[in-house]
Amino acid sequence: MSSAIRSAAIQALRASRALRSAAGLRPTQHLRAMSSSAQPLLRSLDAYTDEEQMLRETVVKFAEDVIAPKVREMDENEMMDPAVIQGLFDTGLMGIETSEDLGGAGFSFTSAIIAIEELAKIDPSVSVMCDVHNTLVNTVLRKYGTQAQKEKYLPKLASTDLGSFCLSEPASGSDAFALQTRAKKDGNHWVLNGSKMWITNSYEANVFLIFATIDPSLGYKGITCFIAEKDMGIQIAKKEQKLGIRASSTCTLNFDDLKIPEENVIGEVGKGYKIAIEILNEGRIGIAAQMLGLAQGAFNKAVPYTYQRSQFGQPVGTFQGMAFQIAQAAIDIESARLLTYNAARRKDEGLEFTKEAAMAKYWASVVAQKVSGQAIEWAGGVGFTRETGIEKFWRDSKIGAIYEGTSNIQLQTIAKFVQKQYS
Amino acid sequence: MRPTAARLLNILVPVKRTIDYAVKIRVNPDQKGVDLNVKHSMNPFDEIAVEEAVRLREKLKDAVKSIKVVTIGPPKSVETLRTALAMGADSGVHVEIPESAPPPEPLGVAKALRAVIERQKDGVDLVILGKQAIDDDASQTGQMLAGLMNWPQATFASKLVVDTASKEANVTREIDGGLEELKCKLPLVVTTDLRLNEPRYASLPNIMKAKKKPIEKLSPSDLGIDLTPRIETLKVTEPPKRVGGGKVESVDELIAKLKEAGITAVKA
Repeated sequence: MSSAIRSAAIQALRASRALRSAAGLRPTQHLRAMSSSAQPLLRSLDAYTDEEQMLRETVVKFAEDVIAPKVREMDENEMMDPAVIQGLFDTGLMGIETSEDLGGAGFSFTSAIIAIEELAKIDPSVSVMCDVHNTLVNTVLRKYGTQAQKEKYLPKLASTDLGSFCLSEPASGSDAFALQTRAKKDGNHWVLNGSKMWITNSYEANVFLIFATIDPSLGYKGITCFIAEKDMGIQIAKKEQKLGIRASSTCTLNFDDLKIPEENVIGEVGKGYKIAIEILNEGRIGIAAQMLGLAQGAFNKAVPYTYQRSQFGQPVGTFQGMAFQIAQAAIDIESARLLTYNAARRKDEGLEFTKEAAMAKYWASVVAQKVSGQAIEWAGGVGFTRETGIEKFWRDSKIGAIYEGTSNIQLQTIAKFVQKQYS
Repeated sequence: MRPTAARLLNILVPVKRTIDYAVKIRVNPDQKGVDLNVKHSMNPFDEIAVEEAVRLREKLKDAVKSIKVVTIGPPKSVETLRTALAMGADSGVHVEIPESAPPPEPLGVAKALRAVIERQKDGVDLVILGKQAIDDDASQTGQMLAGLMNWPQATFASKLVVDTASKEANVTREIDGGLEELKCKLPLVVTTDLRLNEPRYASLPNIMKAKKKPIEKLSPSDLGIDLTPRIETLKVTEPPKRVGGGKVESVDELIAKLKEAGITAVKA
């Protein structure tokens, strides 16, 4: 917030306190937007609305009761338990921001971030499934879909159908707009041919957002976003065997003359690149939340153990060397938390958040890897076994620097902002 | 109190905001209380009570006319009401006491509940409470309320079946010797035990819907009750630390050791 706006905000806050009326000061776009309950306008990042608190508590309970007992099995089997997916739907976690009249829960973006964080504390695989579904698939429909498309797909996505976001291909990852999947118009259908790779949720999904080009010679301006359903003929090919987030399905998809009705174009033909850029921007905050939850989850598992395990007559966590490492990890997690929630709040307030989102995602993935690695060491030999579930966090953390924009891409984005500001 | 319409149930569920069950309790240095600067949530037995009311509605449908939740506590207690509303209650009553006021005692709570019941135009047919709160473990409020109202009580319920036609309830109670079945006439006080049900999560859509449900705010003076404590807490200490045991070679040695430890009920 610029200093001019901030001092205006402080003056406004003083005025509203003098009045002390609940109707008081209507928050402007530049002040922190608050819920309808009368709360002061400028708050620390530890401030949440009552609904957000209750949402957090529901997710914590759900994660501990339903997901926690299954984490190891799902990881060993590399398979998401259908009961977990169903539980997410039943609790309303698959339509967090979707409006109530379309079957969703009508919460804020920050609420989705809270849910993603809390799920990741227990299982980052479940967290990413919920994240992609909410922040990529649901949001594309909410922002760019026609009323008919919203009415057709959002209720399904909120109650029964898992969604998947298909952009990357064997030959295009960071260079997303070099994608080669081809869409050709044929009467009132589009016919798609090509392959997608590294697609999260694809094994269990029923609804797919697919990015294809209508004409490679147009470059990125040929890219179009389509929404398709599994039974239109989407082929799930190879399911990847991964280092981490093993329960989250990552598959190659093949489209062999896949016919999609023309009303399933999302937004405008040739404007798909815009959708991809904008949506991945917000998706970054989701991954930041996942990495943050992962770091916290690893910390929560290992640290109490260090106060119980005694060697040389004292709990190992009380040796100064250990205590200092634990303190530094706590600082790292807190910094990642503040970056993540500030980016989320900025988005909810309608402010620019591209740079902050890139910073949050980059840093949270660094912290996740660092803290989860330390967590293993703090727990000693026991940390190295798969039984305690600490090592899983470290394996899961590696993907944070890779998907939804590699760390180098994030740094490039941030560097561009700095250059713009300082040169 | 007016009798209710023939077949419709009005259910009241009192709930209490207590320290969360997972928190490690620390006694304060002054030994007068415990550290309250920790996570609080709804008393787990009260969650079971709310859940039972919601399940009764799912079973009896329109025969359950209203589920009202009530709490007697400081401003923060309203969170507990909201959680109950998100679980499926229809409306709430917050009998608010100042943050600095001492925690209400069971008799005071029972009197407040009686006053709340008497204010209900449609009457109350069933009060479901947790068997005890996990902070004081008193296990008194439900029983005292039944006494004050001159209503029957069925405590430590592990099963509750209500027949609205005959205005009766069958309650299975967990007692030391096993299970006891009671047939009770409504209006009735029931207290919940652990195995009565497993409470649901407040789903996200229900959390949103709960925002629109009404919460009535009252003060103790509105109810004409006095919540002044009658009990003074002299001292709060941690239980003695566990010390190692020892092995004995014979029954005689065991008896000798027990006598040494001061367990004098053992005869020579």
